[in-house]
Amino acid sequence: MPAREGTYGLLAEFDTPGDLVRAARQAHHDGWRRMDCYTPYPVEEAAEAIGFHRNKVPLVTLIGGLMGAAAMFSMETWISVLAYPLNIGGRPTYSWPAFIVPAYEWTILWAGLSAAFGMLALNRLPALYHPLFNAPNFRSGATTDKFFLCLEALDPKFDLTETRAYLQSFAPVSVVEVEY
Amino acid sequence: MVERLEATMATSEIKTNDPGIDPATGEFRVVAPELTFRSVTDKISHIVLTPHTPLGWLAIFGIAGGGATVLLVAVAWLFLKGVGIWAITQPVAWGFAIINFVWWIGIGHAGTLISAILLLFKQSWRNSISRFAEAMTIFAVVCAGMFPLIHVGRPWLGYWLFPLPFTMNVWPQFRSPLLWDVFAVSTYATISVVFWYVGMIPDFGTFRDRSQSKMGQYVYGMLSWGWRGSVRHWMRYETASLLLAGLATPLVLSVHTVISFDFAVAVLPGWHTTIFPPYFVAGAIYSGFAMVLTLAIPLRKFYHLESMVTERHIDNMGKVMLATGFIVAYGYGMEAFMAWYSASHWEAFMFWNRMFGPMGWSYWVLITCNLAIPLTTLWSRKLRTNIAFMFFISLVVNTGMWFERFVIVVTSLYRDFLPSSWGTYRATKWDYMTFVGTLGLFTALFMLFVRFLPMIPMNEVRMLLPAAKIKPKAAVEAGD
Repeated sequence: MPAREGTYGLLAEFDTPGDLVRAARQAHHDGWRRMDCYTPYPVEEAAEAIGFHRNKVPLVTLIGGLMGAAAMFSMETWISVLAYPLNIGGRPTYSWPAFIVPAYEWTILWAGLSAAFGMLALNRLPALYHPLFNAPNFRSGATTDKFFLCLEALDPKFDLTETRAYLQSFAPVSVVEVEY
Repeated sequence: MVERLEATMATSEIKTNDPGIDPATGEFRVVAPELTFRSVTDKISHIVLTPHTPLGWLAIFGIAGGGATVLLVAVAWLFLKGVGIWAITQPVAWGFAIINFVWWIGIGHAGTLISAILLLFKQSWRNSISRFAEAMTIFAVVCAGMFPLIHVGRPWLGYWLFPLPFTMNVWPQFRSPLLWDVFAVSTYATISVVFWYVGMIPDFGTFRDRSQSKMGQYVYGMLSWGWRGSVRHWMRYETASLLLAGLATPLVLSVHTVISFDFAVAVLPGWHTTIFPPYFVAGAIYSGFAMVLTLAIPLRKFYHLESMVTERHIDNMGKVMLATGFIVAYGYGMEAFMAWYSASHWEAFMFWNRMFGPMGWSYWVLITCNLAIPLTTLWSRKLRTNIAFMFFISLVVNTGMWFERFVIVVTSLYRDFLPSSWGTYRATKWDYMTFVGTLGLFTALFMLFVRFLPMIPMNEVRMLLPAAKIKPKAAVEAGD
């Protein structure tokens, strides 16, 4: 159970993505695990640096797509064969080639919705409140032009004074304490 | 080798030391070199977050709103009187409604092409135009989707299109392309909206953090879902965007294919042909790129976005139009060839009648607007980067593509197998009002988008900037 009071972590601000990536790589190498980077656009190298290599969005999308295909194809079959059989120019009631087109569309529909909402759910969004928004320099920079490294208090290596000095060694623009 | 040759040829045509040209490649730059993360953010968020609404915006929104009101009147009268107020009757039972439906859907397809297919092909120049191309898609689909709904005659029974459990136990017929269309278009609309919205989430985060008003912070904060730019989030976001692009690509091809099945499955000369799916898709992209140009050229001028929507974009869109225009030309040629090669009397007569019958003028308008003017001029780089000329070409192609659908629908129908049932087609004022009304609705929605939503994806433009390049440590220390 994460603590809900006191310090969330220490936030170091950098001017360039390169500085951030170097600091994050070093911190991860030094054994930090409860950490995250915040950037105004996707910086793949920063994710690699903190050891985030794979995510589950493709799996969620695959499952969603298969469910969509199965749902539509079985509905078409049930309607056309059992619930409401129609004689269309003497074609068999189970005329599966015609059923492929709507099933194909629903594969895409369900897969796309799963990709979008699965991504948001895996990101634990919506989260309209987050302690980082309390940091005085976070909102003016993280979505515009600054790059942040946050070492979180939940990491066993965390110590307010020592960690601050550690972050200072990367020559950031600033290091601020983030409170819940 | 070929690329190098092209680069030298390209540079010889334009003056040297032009700041818009990248000296390394001889191509126009995708974004102007002086942009920074902050200037991109400032420029785009200022358009939305300023409390001051430009007078020009109000004027265009007013005119477009007037157009949308015309649509409201036309549709209200239609609901009161029925589809008899339109010119549709035998033998031309499909008129403006289907023409406009196909035209609008086709326009939407270029938005998906830019946002999805060019993303998969790593064409990063598309980043700055992808957002408003997607917006164009959605508003075009809104306009398109309305036509089948109001065309059914009893729009309050429109829900019969869907497989819903009614008390009378009637279910739809899944072997009909018209029902496939329902799923294709509704999926297309949904996925386009989701793709568009997901793309805007990080930009809403930027707006939330930069908005001066309480209201703006609140609304954009809600819309951003609390986006904070964590790299873990970004990686999942990038994966989801790529997957959505990968899904939207086969989707967009399938949508216009299914629409072409509405025609091609019918056993009717002029419609019953296998060339229709590829030819419809290419035509859709052709007209869609024309519409992107029609929108982008005034917008970049009005909002001074020349540094982000550069000559490179205009030039590249001209090239795509040239390529798709030739696919369309192949389609026209193949229709004529098959009319002869099929040795079918009906097919040959239909084609002769399409060209030289009483409504033959529409075919020649189509040939002039879609082939004669654009496909001769778009070869020239000088003309492709001439902004006024490209605006003119975009209007010409949009007109031409509307006439293509007119030719397919009307000239295939008005003189059928029996001369005793021949007729003609003359649109009524309600037809015209509905069409003009959707133009107004489209423009009004687009103006609202420009005023309240991020029309250029800030996070994607940031990735294009030189500052986004991560240099190795040694290069930084060497002062490079």
